[in-house]
Amino acid sequence: MNGIIRIEAPLTQEKLRFLKVGDNVLINGVIYTGRDAAHKKMVESLERGEELPFDVQDQIIYFVGPTPAKEGQVIGSAGPTTSGRMDAYSPKLISRGLTGMIGKGLRSPEVIEAMKKHGAIYFGAIGGAGALIAKRIVSAEVIAYPELGPEAVRRLVVKDFPVMVIIDHEGNNLYDLGKAQYRRV
Amino acid sequence: MKEITVEEIISAVENLCIEANYNLGSDIMVGFQQALKVERSPLGQEVLERLIENAEIAKEERVPMCQDTGMAVLFVSIGQDLHVVGGGLTEAINEGVRRGYDKGYLRKSVVKDPFDRVNTGDNTPAVIHYDIVPGDELRLIAAPKGFGSENMGGLKMCKPSEGLEGAMQFVVDTVDRAGGNPCPPIIVGVGVGGTMEKATFLAKKGLLREVGKHNSEERLAKIEEELLDRINGLGIGPQGFGGVTTALAVNLEVYPTHIAGMPVAVNIGCHATRHKEIVLQGRDA
Repeated sequence: MNGIIRIEAPLTQEKLRFLKVGDNVLINGVIYTGRDAAHKKMVESLERGEELPFDVQDQIIYFVGPTPAKEGQVIGSAGPTTSGRMDAYSPKLISRGLTGMIGKGLRSPEVIEAMKKHGAIYFGAIGGAGALIAKRIVSAEVIAYPELGPEAVRRLVVKDFPVMVIIDHEGNNLYDLGKAQYRRV
Repeated sequence: MKEITVEEIISAVENLCIEANYNLGSDIMVGFQQALKVERSPLGQEVLERLIENAEIAKEERVPMCQDTGMAVLFVSIGQDLHVVGGGLTEAINEGVRRGYDKGYLRKSVVKDPFDRVNTGDNTPAVIHYDIVPGDELRLIAAPKGFGSENMGGLKMCKPSEGLEGAMQFVVDTVDRAGGNPCPPIIVGVGVGGTMEKATFLAKKGLLREVGKHNSEERLAKIEEELLDRINGLGIGPQGFGGVTTALAVNLEVYPTHIAGMPVAVNIGCHATRHKEIVLQGRDA
């Protein structure tokens, strides 16, 4: 296992070039949430020539739809959702400057190509560890599409938010490397 | 003839939905501990430790272990000598789901129409499977199902000539294609036989069986063991980061089928495969 690297959002091109596949990373600062419905709306806005609800330049989007917060909680359980459902939309956001995505599961060749071309990182958070991950979120505020409920876009402030570099900006992919190492078929 | 009121059913379903989402089954916790002993990948070890920690936090703080608190799937076995009074059984079950997802701060993840995709706002309707059985009890199993894993299942109408090997290969290929998407280590429910819908139902039912408990028929238990070994040889590992723990269990259920067919269904459950059960007794009418 590689050592632990702390990074501060926004994730600039300069910072992301140091991140390599398999790195354990703790993210600090502001990240944004978005999943299926929000991605669809954002890309439709771009197609109509409208502004996005936040400037994606050098930003990180976390694919998550949390549970409702109980009294005293900042946010409910908040683990990653399956990233593949965002594959249709991610390349458009990456070409607009998005540099980080946090999710779980496989990405399409089109997404990986866009990441290599424009410089972006795909981080994995531990799927299903929603109760644990929520403890690293310091504040949460809905900033767009409130009508989408759990799918609304939120601005999160995170502290030592634990992720792993799954795909780096050169396209090295932990899912391929890890599987090959332990495969016996 | 005995009686049971809809109020009792509503309250039981409400409670089952909440408990299923807060308390991971001890069988899966044992599965994590055993996996820790054999997992060789350091990243895999790390993931397993975090999953144990996550389940403990959820239980102690009474919060959902995962943000995908699922579509509510209910298995209902109703004794034929039991009479439900005060309203409809299906409506009572949906009311229980509605209350459980509200009071338990569970995520509402159901859309009213698969094409329009507007959220119903209360996680109803549930998917309900009824079974009529002898006796005067009501057995309820709530199995909230997340879709990270549900999306990765599959069905193949195999030719009988493909035989056991063909069926097994389909199961292994389905898990291989899923990779890290369904949040491994997974539970693999496999249904073989019956008709198209019967096989998928059996696969789902396989997910209700305790981890570590094999099919009571020895020849089927052996198939489960072989499938588990082959799946854990895929290298996917915890969260797909690589490793020898891709699945904690393979639970196979079979049913008689037609001379011309061999339906094979695979239903994948994530590491948070949730199910809670209660048996309600009727009172003398």
